[in-house]
Amino acid sequence: MKNALTIAGKELRSAFVSPIAYVVLTGFMLLGGWFFFNLLNRFNFLVQIYMSFRNPEVQMRLNLNELVVAPLLGNLSVVLIILVPVITMRSFAEEKRAGTYELLLTSPLSIAEIVMGKFLGVVAFLVVMLALTAVYPAILLVYGNPEPGIIASGYLGLFLLAVAFATVGLLTSSFTDNQIVAAVSCLIVLLLLYVISWPAETAGPTLAAVLRYLSLTEHFSEMVKGVIETKDLIYFGSVITLALYLTHRSVESVRWR
Amino acid sequence: MIEVRNLTKRYGELTAISNISFTAEKGQILGFLGPNGAGKTTTMRIITGFMPATSGTVKIAGYDIFNDSYECRRRIGYLPESPPLYGDMTVVTYLRFVGRIRGIAKADLTDAVDRVLRSCGLEDVPHRVIGHLSKGYRQRVGLAQAMIHSPSVLVLDEPTIGLDPRQIIDIRTLIKELAADRTVILSTHILPEVSQLCDKVVIINQGRIVVEDMLANLTRDTSLEQVFLRYISQDSAVPSGVAEGTA
Repeated sequence: MKNALTIAGKELRSAFVSPIAYVVLTGFMLLGGWFFFNLLNRFNFLVQIYMSFRNPEVQMRLNLNELVVAPLLGNLSVVLIILVPVITMRSFAEEKRAGTYELLLTSPLSIAEIVMGKFLGVVAFLVVMLALTAVYPAILLVYGNPEPGIIASGYLGLFLLAVAFATVGLLTSSFTDNQIVAAVSCLIVLLLLYVISWPAETAGPTLAAVLRYLSLTEHFSEMVKGVIETKDLIYFGSVITLALYLTHRSVESVRWR
Repeated sequence: MIEVRNLTKRYGELTAISNISFTAEKGQILGFLGPNGAGKTTTMRIITGFMPATSGTVKIAGYDIFNDSYECRRRIGYLPESPPLYGDMTVVTYLRFVGRIRGIAKADLTDAVDRVLRSCGLEDVPHRVIGHLSKGYRQRVGLAQAMIHSPSVLVLDEPTIGLDPRQIIDIRTLIKELAADRTVILSTHILPEVSQLCDKVVIINQGRIVVEDMLANLTRDTSLEQVFLRYISQDSAVPSGVAEGTA
């Protein structure tokens, strides 16, 4: 565990000395700010319209959680599909290209420690990334009265989604020594997982259920609504565990090739 | 200390090394020679536990590299062909990182880093970013990482490449000092280096060992250049006249 933390620290440090971290964080904040500004603007517009109609009942039903927080988190999740592969593409591919893979694999480290270290490094980066966007809901809490529990549940969902994305990124990065290949293949897998439930509407009931279960979006949107269910947590847990397990096997494969 | 037995490595159809055996004792410097593509790097990667052999065994201090990989890796310091450096770290951060993953306790880390900074001549650049260093300095950082945990076995793949003559002399002296209570495997193309440093010579050609002997026995009445050319041209039957000069 100590070794995993050493590697995680190294990962985090090297993320912040490279420009990638700053580009990703700035882009994420910029887009997040744009989404937030526009959603809030729309919300104010609706409030004003209903006020001018003197329709207090409908006006009371306007809800910051539904009209601002939920779409904000949904949009951020789409941005994450594109940015997470960029964060994870270096993790193994760069080590292989620079020859430092030999250093890691000939040091007295277990492969689990290496994979865990990489994983914890990315998770720490994602925590920073999502924590920065907490400023938007914080503004709402100060000036409005959204439901904090639903925001927390949505953020948990966004975090789990981001971590699941990251493990897929680690896996694709472990396959190659080319960062572009790692990023693009991760992006494609994530997009597939995002849209896999599309045929569910026309498919038979069993297949539809399977496709809906596989879709990352379905589980995420439940949590954005404030519903934390064991099945969703199990889903994210399984994706993360499976991807980490496969990464472990992939790194280990150098030992049996 | 190092015992290599019947090592074979195949990549699909291609046989990189076949049936390699040699031993090196504590206090010895073993010169590992061979033309490019002879299988030197493959052998070193197997000895250091980076990848497994198709068949055969390697024992480091009595531990099997496959079954007791962890114990072996704790005892080995390895400088690969291209030094495994993180270009975005400073020399000290890098050495501290390598020290940690090689199992040096936090309390001893500063001493260990200072020791290798001194012995590898890196005292002038401890806080420079590795990516900005010259090739010679980078090579020395590579050497420093290989010995930071005082390993009992050092595997060095062309350690003096890219260094200037004065640095080469320093590094050779250092290797000689280190070897007093260690085993060193030194792969190189520079034959005078082998003549100066090594006790034992192993020559490998086309994946096979062609000679394993003490340096003194081999060079009793001829130069190492001649020995090298004679052994590596044995199966391709190059006329003996070629042996002069080139090397």
